[in-house]
Amino acid sequence: MNVLIDNSELFLTGFKNTGILFIISAFFALILGTIVAGMRVSPAPAMRAAGTFYVNAVRNTPLTLILAFFALGYPQLGLPQISFMNAAIVGLSLYTATYVCEAIRSGINTVSVGQSEAARAIGLPFIPTLTLIVLPQAFRSVVPPLFSVFIALLKNTTVAAGFSVLEAGAIRAYLSERGEPLLPGLLWVALIFILLVLGILSPLQRYLEKKWKVAR
Amino acid sequence: MTNPVHAPALVELKDVNKHYSTLHVLQNINLQVAKGEVLVVLGPSGSGKSTLCRTINRLETIDTGSITIDGKELPKEGKALANLRADVGMVFQSFNLFAHKTILENVTLGPIKVKGMSKADAEKLALSLLERVGVGHQSAKLPAQLSGGQQQRVAIARALAMKPKVMLFDEPTSALDPEMINEVLDVMVELAKEGMTMVVVTHEMGFARKAADRVIFMADGQIVEEASPEEFFTNPQTARAKDFLSKILTNG
Repeated sequence: MNVLIDNSELFLTGFKNTGILFIISAFFALILGTIVAGMRVSPAPAMRAAGTFYVNAVRNTPLTLILAFFALGYPQLGLPQISFMNAAIVGLSLYTATYVCEAIRSGINTVSVGQSEAARAIGLPFIPTLTLIVLPQAFRSVVPPLFSVFIALLKNTTVAAGFSVLEAGAIRAYLSERGEPLLPGLLWVALIFILLVLGILSPLQRYLEKKWKVAR
Repeated sequence: MTNPVHAPALVELKDVNKHYSTLHVLQNINLQVAKGEVLVVLGPSGSGKSTLCRTINRLETIDTGSITIDGKELPKEGKALANLRADVGMVFQSFNLFAHKTILENVTLGPIKVKGMSKADAEKLALSLLERVGVGHQSAKLPAQLSGGQQQRVAIARALAMKPKVMLFDEPTSALDPEMINEVLDVMVELAKEGMTMVVVTHEMGFARKAADRVIFMADGQIVEEASPEEFFTNPQTARAKDFLSKILTNG
């Protein structure tokens, strides 16, 4: 307990930044992932190809490399500079979006073809068919895998610690600098992560699953 | 009833061909449907009748030939195709009501999103149509809470809400329990009487006799016979049609 109380400002800053990384990255990953999923089921071959290329390229690259690119490689391109925090948000969003996309795409596959045929038959073009009919039903069936993706994102934020972002994954390093015992510090970080998942994400998942229970 | 043969064609298929890989599912189909005509398409399963029906609003593409509706050739894709589909009502075998929307929303969606009608007007229209097909009091429910027959009648109302020029029915009663078939057929007979142009793929001989102006019989991707319902049922010309009729008439 002493480790936690003596270094409360470190834990607070660390987890505050973890929270910021998580919420902003989850938001952009959800939007981008949904758009890419839409591209991958679009009738236009060029859109499908672009979506597939993005997912294959980014999903198959280690997250560490992606973050390294934005934190270390990007500044050398001579483009407007961004903070390490923003670099981490961009990297995490782009990376997580591929998983969101694939989760949503599997959900789209559970919506019967008849639903989109009926939508097209009353004259809805592709995008409203997707946004009004297919996606709302697809989301309902992908709540569990989507939350797995977001839980993974929450934990993946710790990779950003390696690129100068003071978030929860960096707490350990700061603790050792201060000469605190290593093991209790690590356990506290792990415990808080578990509490975040069990206390916030899991109840939210249960709530959404209940609210959107699919009636077929 | 008007004599459909001399009226101008509302739907016209010219030399339509379609393949599924090596299977030639539609072979040189030539067909005209006049305004106000009720055409029943019969045939054994795999004969291409559903495919034919679905090409008319391009849910199935065709390889060669042309399909025109009210003088306009079916657009290939995009906004023009969507606009044309709004004029062609479609009723599916499996109803395909939007599962996450209420009955009322199912019917108002098209008028609001496609035609830009105000919500109030769309609801008024939808309620009158739902009333007409006998499910007015179910409007707040979700599709899964209705019986198959009720769902199919809602699907008809949904199609009618777009004020279509022609209605396509793709085996509308095939997925229904026997006791619900008539409630759907009754609605269709009413529509036919009111002068709606209809293309109906069905096995319901009763409907064909009661409401059809003309029957076409398909087999192996071709239109094999074309006659008035009375003629077709009492005096089929080809062996295939005779064989088909002997099977369905003994069963029904």
